[in-house]
Amino acid sequence: MSTLVLLLVTGLGLGALYFLVASGLSLIYGLMGVLNFAHGSFLTVGAFIGWEVSRRLSDGSWWALVAAMLVGALVGALAAAATEFFLIRRLYNRHIEQVLVTVGLALATVALFEGIWGTDPTYVTSPAWLAQTTEILGARIPNNRFLLIALAVLVLVTIVGFLRFTRYGLIIRAGVENRTMVTALGIDVRRAFTVVFAIGGAAAGLGGVLASIYYGYVSAHIGSSLLIFAFIVTVIGGLGSLGGAAIASVLVAVLQQFANFYLGGTGDLAVVLALAAVLLVRPRGLLGAKGSTA
Amino acid sequence: MTEHGMRGQGLSGQRRLIIKIAAGGALVALLALLPLLNISIPGVFPGPTYTPGTLQLLAYAMLIAALALSYHLLFGLAGMLSFGHALFFAAGAYGLGIVLRRFSPDWLSPGATFLVAVVITVVLGFVLAAVVGSLSLRVTGISFAMVTLAFAQAGSVVVRRNPEGLTGGEEGLSLDVTNVPSFFVGVLNTRNLYWLALGVLVVVYLVVLWVERSRAGHVVAATRENDLRVRVIGIRPYGVRLLVFSIAGALAALAGAAFLLLQSGVSPRVATPDFTLTLLVIVVLGGVGLRWGAVLGAVVYTLLDQRLTALAGSDLIAGLPDVLRIPLSQPLFLLGTLFILVVLFLPGGLAGLAKLGEHRTPRGPRRARTIAAEGTTR
Amino acid sequence: MTDPIRTESPRTESIRTEPARTEPILRVRNLYGRIAGQQVVEDVSFDVPGTGVTALLGRNGVGKTSTIRSILGLIERTGEVTFAGSRVDRLPTHRIVQRGVGYVPEDREVFAKLTVTENLRLAERDAHPNRALVEALFPDLVQRRAQLAGTLSGGQQQMVSLARALLNTNRLLLVDEPTKGLSPKIVGEVTEALLAAAATVPILLVEQNLQVIRRLADRVVVLSGGRVVFTGDAADLLDDPELIQRYLGVHSGADPADTTTDAAVPA
Ligand SMILES: Nc1ncnc2c1ncn2[C@@H]1O[C@H](COP(=O)(O)OP(=O)(O)OP(=O)(O)O)[C@@H](O)[C@H]1O
Ligand SMILES: [Mg+2]
Repeated sequence: MSTLVLLLVTGLGLGALYFLVASGLSLIYGLMGVLNFAHGSFLTVGAFIGWEVSRRLSDGSWWALVAAMLVGALVGALAAAATEFFLIRRLYNRHIEQVLVTVGLALATVALFEGIWGTDPTYVTSPAWLAQTTEILGARIPNNRFLLIALAVLVLVTIVGFLRFTRYGLIIRAGVENRTMVTALGIDVRRAFTVVFAIGGAAAGLGGVLASIYYGYVSAHIGSSLLIFAFIVTVIGGLGSLGGAAIASVLVAVLQQFANFYLGGTGDLAVVLALAAVLLVRPRGLLGAKGSTA
Repeated sequence: MTEHGMRGQGLSGQRRLIIKIAAGGALVALLALLPLLNISIPGVFPGPTYTPGTLQLLAYAMLIAALALSYHLLFGLAGMLSFGHALFFAAGAYGLGIVLRRFSPDWLSPGATFLVAVVITVVLGFVLAAVVGSLSLRVTGISFAMVTLAFAQAGSVVVRRNPEGLTGGEEGLSLDVTNVPSFFVGVLNTRNLYWLALGVLVVVYLVVLWVERSRAGHVVAATRENDLRVRVIGIRPYGVRLLVFSIAGALAALAGAAFLLLQSGVSPRVATPDFTLTLLVIVVLGGVGLRWGAVLGAVVYTLLDQRLTALAGSDLIAGLPDVLRIPLSQPLFLLGTLFILVVLFLPGGLAGLAKLGEHRTPRGPRRARTIAAEGTTR
Repeated sequence: MTDPIRTESPRTESIRTEPARTEPILRVRNLYGRIAGQQVVEDVSFDVPGTGVTALLGRNGVGKTSTIRSILGLIERTGEVTFAGSRVDRLPTHRIVQRGVGYVPEDREVFAKLTVTENLRLAERDAHPNRALVEALFPDLVQRRAQLAGTLSGGQQQMVSLARALLNTNRLLLVDEPTKGLSPKIVGEVTEALLAAAATVPILLVEQNLQVIRRLADRVVVLSGGRVVFTGDAADLLDDPELIQRYLGVHSGADPADTTTDAAVPA
């Protein structure tokens, strides 16, 4: 029982990380049809700079952590907005080229991160409480899992609220459905593109800081390794569906934890098998719109 | 399609074809003679052309070119943006390595064993691609890209995990030379390995050419432009796509097998999705949709990578201030940036640059755009 | 000018402008449009005067929708489009629309996953959108304001689509087959709404229903094979069964096989 609870909560924590990456990917794809390979780099740069700032403030205090998260989110948002503005926008409606540019950016930035911060992991110090455990139903659960889950839920609620209650949210929701008609109503949908990139970048940047708490370190590759799972999550959840991304994040992460524990560390393979199964049964994903298998 | 139509038009079409074949033959002959010549191009090759170092580099470039050609079948011809093609190259390299270790029957001579091992490996590549393709091709466009990426990642995980001690984990796998013909073993025989690589490149080129000209090739090119048009004439694009995907996988496996011999081993790096990204960079750099674009891109990329790596370690760079030193000492940073610039400003790639003089409109960008259309109709 | 201009071989004769009338609100010259590399609009030229309804007619697939979409920059186009005195053929769609164009697309294109209210809010460009007018025209929508537009009936969706265009003060409406697939009663309502709108704003209307055309159109422009083959006063075309047969491929209305219904439109 206690193992079960531990696996479940740890899975939820990992799922929170996946969601922070996948939410942006899914929104960006939904609105713009862009598969963003550079999304992992937004996460990594957010994590690195977030921790640089936190380290200069004080090591391991709560407010330094808060600063790291805020800075991480801000840096992620700026990096993403700049990417959209300077690279993606120039290739308006040329989706393959847009993917290619983000591929190039991902390769270049990971190399640059290695150049700046080295190839070895940089260990981070967070408040002591996060490294301690809390007992629930006999399971000793690392406290950082709770932080991850709480913040991912917060991000989900914030994004949903933004989409529901703001004009930009309205434009984004309409644009996901029919971008052409949005422009035909006299709306410059490109501004919504920048906004969506910034939101996705902010979530990823925050995710970067949280991922380094989860793993205990930052490295130049932390983003790209999470990105692959985030891709799987978005396909399983249904491309362009935020709710689908949330559900699939949790399912994938929990499955991964269970397979790692009970099936001899085969979590990664189990996830790919799950993807294959979903494709066989329901190619458009759990909550994907009809006909959006492309 | 139109390409062939245009080429076949008039007398000059015939003549151009003959010139092309002659030029191709001459180029292959020249490349075959290279190990016997003493040509030095400082700054491009590490030494004269007969030295093992240079031959090794050239052979490596040719195998990457063969791999890029097989990728061209997917992306250039069929418009399938796969992020998992490295999987089949890795399958070829690891496959041959493992088969050579585990398959050594008494009733076969070492030479025959080697040949059988190569055949098994290529068939393995075909079958693996057929399995992966049959699943991934259930979706198209961007989903297809993501799904192939996921499979490549799974392959990479398996290789690193070292199941039953088969793949050697992080260490990689070294070549078991017991059944390998002696003329393919050792630095002294680099020349033979060079010819082997050239042979593989020529074979892959011819197979790719054959596929492109075949009925399946035409159909699959038509599905790239317009899925519906093909469905209307009663062909399910799935089948031809799968066929092309599997052939590309087998060719990649062949290149991978030769790669194992050339490097006398293989490391898990070739199984990573990053390696596929490199392939994509190569094909786009050279020019999407053109066979020799893929070859050109592979050669330029390999040489550039090698030179930039040498540059990164040089004293010149070490003496620079951080703002310049850090980016310049990362070859991938420079290549990635170059790639972005090519996509933004040179949509036809290097080959497109050459074509620009010939025709008014380069073919590369339009092709890429029509591929995109598939994923966008909502 | 009372004679309709017939340009049977369209290249030989360009469209003559009518000096007596005021500046046209929309001037289209040598417009070409392309979809996925395929030419769908070919050398189209016509004017939309500053008042009344101009009907854009032609058989199915002739390129009427594509012409409208080219004007709006929704498909790749070349040629000259002058709206309210200035060229707009290089502007992106949203900028053209912001200059005062209301667009009612073929097949409505409401946002299925947004509510009726959200659909309308999204369309509001003006600081003071004319909500009262829309509510008066389409009382049904007021009742259904919280309903998802995707769950509305076809007629109700058409009202949302029309309302989106009528909310703002426009200088031109582009309306593409507003009565397609609607019951006779709704066809009547839509026609009356457009007639009311036409009192204040010029309309370029694509329509198949002859009765609706008769009721609304002042002038007609006929396309065939992607080109303009006829422009002139509506009456000149509509009173000539032979011309109707030739250009639209339908009989003038007496034939029982005719799908257009007389009863639909109140006279
Ligand atoms: N997305 C598309 N891809 C390819 N061809 C298209 C596309 N959209 C329209 N066409 C073609 O362009 C031509 C003109 O189409 P358009 O929709 O403008 O005709 P229309 O006059 O509005 O017809 P209808 O009266 O049936 O609405 C048709 O031949 C059509 O097949
Ligand atoms: Mg139409």
